[in-house]
Amino acid sequence: MLDNNQSLRTDTTMPLALRVGLGVWMSAVIIGTFLFVPPAQGFASPDAARMVIFHIPCAIVAVIAYIISAIYAIAFLSKGKIMSDEKSAIAAGLGFLFTALATVTGMIFAQAQWGKTWNWDPKQTSILMLIMVYAAYFTLRSCIPGQIARAKISAAYNILAGLIMPFLVIILPRMLPSLHPKSAHLSPEYQIALACAAIGYIVLFIWMFRLQVRIAEYIMAARRVRIG
Amino acid sequence: MSVNSKPNPAISSMPKAPQLMDILRCALAVLIKDIKCEFRVKSALSAILLFAITSAIAVSFTLQAYGGNSAVSSTLLWLVIYFSAMSGLSRSFVREEETNTAPTLRLAARPASVYLGKLAFNWALVIALQCVTAPLFIMFMGSSVGNWGQFICILLIGGLGLSAGATAAAAMVAKAATKGAVFAVICFPLLIPALVISIHGTNIAMAARGAISAASDIRTLIAFSGVIITASLMLFKFIWED
Repeated sequence: MLDNNQSLRTDTTMPLALRVGLGVWMSAVIIGTFLFVPPAQGFASPDAARMVIFHIPCAIVAVIAYIISAIYAIAFLSKGKIMSDEKSAIAAGLGFLFTALATVTGMIFAQAQWGKTWNWDPKQTSILMLIMVYAAYFTLRSCIPGQIARAKISAAYNILAGLIMPFLVIILPRMLPSLHPKSAHLSPEYQIALACAAIGYIVLFIWMFRLQVRIAEYIMAARRVRIG
Repeated sequence: MSVNSKPNPAISSMPKAPQLMDILRCALAVLIKDIKCEFRVKSALSAILLFAITSAIAVSFTLQAYGGNSAVSSTLLWLVIYFSAMSGLSRSFVREEETNTAPTLRLAARPASVYLGKLAFNWALVIALQCVTAPLFIMFMGSSVGNWGQFICILLIGGLGLSAGATAAAAMVAKAATKGAVFAVICFPLLIPALVISIHGTNIAMAARGAISAASDIRTLIAFSGVIITASLMLFKFIWED
């Protein structure tokens, strides 16, 4: 096993240049958002509308994380590698984190724009349900004894959850009227800033994912050492 | 380690149609077995029906003033149906594990047949539940139904959606340590879309305001049930087998 200092220096989950680049990139996005992007038109308080640049990428990354989680669940059921199950759980955990961030930033945004933290807007409703779907996933994982039974059953649940997600995210919001504006209303500066923030968030997600996978590998190696 | 067993050449080389008939015949046998077991002890049916009648009476006793409001009565009707169904639907698999009959069933029937048979049994339970609850509820609340065809259609297909998700969830929690509590936790998120769309559609069918029709809700419910049943059929092998 590596000691602390060494593992920091030899962190191979992401090249040093990319890590520094990510820091610079995200700082640039934040500075650009507040200094160069104009207040958005069509909002109750145009200055506070800059929140979108940090709010929407959270939701995008969360959906990507859940899709990755479902793909690893399918990979586990077809190949049977226990590491795929670990990766599936890690991706779902990170997706959960970004869903929570999207909900909280959305609530702050709703307070600024519509005067209420929670409006039962269809998108708020569907993200709340998404939180419940994956909270149940972690509950299910925690209460099935036996690693292989747990991996198989939670993979099956994960795939079912991945199939329910389109109903929650796409179909339900369209059946009910919404307060959310169409993205076409945003000016081109906003779309560029949004894309830049989304790229930063995705790279951040990849780094977090790889770090957690490394931790899971270490835990599995340690367990193997203790057993054998 | 490998989760998959190799496909049995004897099975995969068989022509397609007889295999499907085989699965369906086997599913019918599982359904008949479950109905026989159920009528021997009547545990699930009596629990569900009494739960439903109790909650329907409790709800309409206090909220009868809202009987004319279709939004309130459709939501309450589905809450009564949902929670009574949850009290009984997990029995189908938990009973197999408790009486140690699950291993025999695993040997005797294909996973797809077991799922289809249990699904049919659970759907029959939900329909029996709705036959008792819905008329009782409408009578007690004094609410009116504008479009009976759509109302019954949504009850039937919403019930199918509920039982499709609940059957898969019941098989998942049969191996969990604390079955009862986990079943409710797992079921709710799996069934939210079906529940929300059913309430939305029932509201429209009860109010029957002019041109607004519940047809799109019925279509979405059919799509949801189809997705859940297809996915469960494919995944059931992994949930059910050790």
